[in-house]
Amino acid sequence: MTAATITAPATVRPGIGPTVSQILSMAWRQMVRIKHNPFELVDLSLSPVMFLLLFVYVFGGQMAGSTSEYLQYVLGGLIAQNAIFLTMYTGTGINADLRKGVYDRFRSLPIARSAPLAGKIFADMFKQVWSVVIMLGLGLLMGFELRSVAGAILAALVLVVFALAISWVSVLMGVVADSEEKVQIYAFVIIMPLTFTSSAFVDIDTMPGFMQAWAKVNPVTHLADAMRGLLSYGPIAEPLLWTFAWAAAILAITAPLAMRAYKRKMV
Amino acid sequence: MSQDNAIETEGLTKRFGDLIAVDHIDLTARAGTVFGVLGPNGAGKTTMVRMLATLSQPTAGTARVGGFDIVRDAGAVRNLIGLTGQFAGIDELLTGEENLRFIGRLLGMPTKDARARARELLAEFDLSDAADKAAKTYSGGMRRRLDLAASLVGRPRILFLDEPTTGLDPRARGELWGLVRGLVADGTTVLLTTQYLEEADQLAHEIAVIDRGKVIATGTPTQLKAKIGGQSLRIQPEDHEQLDIVRLIVSTRFPDLDPVVENGAITIGVNDDGIMPALAADLRDRGVALTEFHLGLSSLDEVFLTLTGRRAEPETEDEPIEEEAK
Repeated sequence: MTAATITAPATVRPGIGPTVSQILSMAWRQMVRIKHNPFELVDLSLSPVMFLLLFVYVFGGQMAGSTSEYLQYVLGGLIAQNAIFLTMYTGTGINADLRKGVYDRFRSLPIARSAPLAGKIFADMFKQVWSVVIMLGLGLLMGFELRSVAGAILAALVLVVFALAISWVSVLMGVVADSEEKVQIYAFVIIMPLTFTSSAFVDIDTMPGFMQAWAKVNPVTHLADAMRGLLSYGPIAEPLLWTFAWAAAILAITAPLAMRAYKRKMV
Repeated sequence: MSQDNAIETEGLTKRFGDLIAVDHIDLTARAGTVFGVLGPNGAGKTTMVRMLATLSQPTAGTARVGGFDIVRDAGAVRNLIGLTGQFAGIDELLTGEENLRFIGRLLGMPTKDARARARELLAEFDLSDAADKAAKTYSGGMRRRLDLAASLVGRPRILFLDEPTTGLDPRARGELWGLVRGLVADGTTVLLTTQYLEEADQLAHEIAVIDRGKVIATGTPTQLKAKIGGQSLRIQPEDHEQLDIVRLIVSTRFPDLDPVVENGAITIGVNDDGIMPALAADLRDRGVALTEFHLGLSSLDEVFLTLTGRRAEPETEDEPIEEEAK
């Protein structure tokens, strides 16, 4: 090495400090990508906007007697559903990077093994917050009555925590699948039924017994109830507790699996 | 391990199920030199580089890079190396400058230093004008240069270049060769894989020819060319009918050589370009008018024909890394 102007790192960089800085650098890359391709944010906003308008103005009257009443009920559920759908993009992004050889470069660098995956998850939280803002903004325009501003901020935080955890499911798929399309198929096959068999859109009391049994434990039910509680009406503490419990359980199982699959890719 | 050796492998082997992609490879690359690994697609070049760059672990055998074991001291190896793969590891949405700055930040450089290093490399690689354009707008040659620059951000002592010029036009290839020479002049050790004999000849101090995962010949370019008939002479008569006369003249003068007749021309492998005047005189005396009388470097195909007795069949894919890794 020449005694040049800028010294390169001379040793392996383990430890929490450097790892955090590497995750932030990875996240910075994702932010710059959005800066260069702002249409991605429009793209992200289209489906939640459409879902909100369709659900409220098409189903609203029949579901709750009036569209305004259904809006009070469904906005929290739609926000929860959208957050779960959004995590899919974490997996497709990682899958694309893996196939394009970008991760080969990362893996040849003296950085923490987890930094590329964690950085991507972390950056995608920006998209989560963006989507909450869009949906809540549109909801307010449509006449949604917000329980409190503090509740809205707390709801966004809870959503981010939950999304951070379940993103690992998507990462696992992104690492294992051999194409982006497959990640999308897996994701839809899981996410669609999962979000519909919950309290996100309808009161689960109207479901048949076996479905109720499932819907009551479905993590989406707890997340949707927590969102509804914080934004609109209903209990807060219990759904919050269950939401965090589910997030912890999903994280504990899928994060190690995803990291193992990622390391296996190096065979 | 000797201080002079940047890369040493002993019995390095990689299996993917039944396929032995890399088969007991022993090689030694001296520090500060270019070591060329020459072979056709599917020979195991990429698999070998991936192991040496700590992206994948050997099934058997050992290797040391910069004195560190690639498995036990993988972290230490990563501190020393740079890698430019066949598929560019750059982000197409980011500008050239952002791509380099990103790597600098990942390596823990303060923002200011990362920015300075990026600008320095862009200037060095003649990319300053395109610094703030998205990498997706770059030409093939520019992309490879940016990719090479990205592997140099941390000033690696040992650089792996996996087919750095595949798919580039001759001009872009020449530019990249110049950059590699500059790096070696500054003391970097380079391990270069290539499908082009000319590239290995131009850059490498030492070459290992590999085929089906095995080393089938090693030596300096000069030694190798002496062994395989480094040059080929192509003779094409104006009149197709005279091809037989040409063949007769060639085989009379060089009974040991085995001329290949193809597309109305005769090709022979030669080590000594001193034969050209004599041959030209013979042909003139027999009244053969020529459209081509050309001495060129043997192609990889000819090298393989000599070393293995068969042609280097270009396979569509290199090693099936992703599929087999599951």
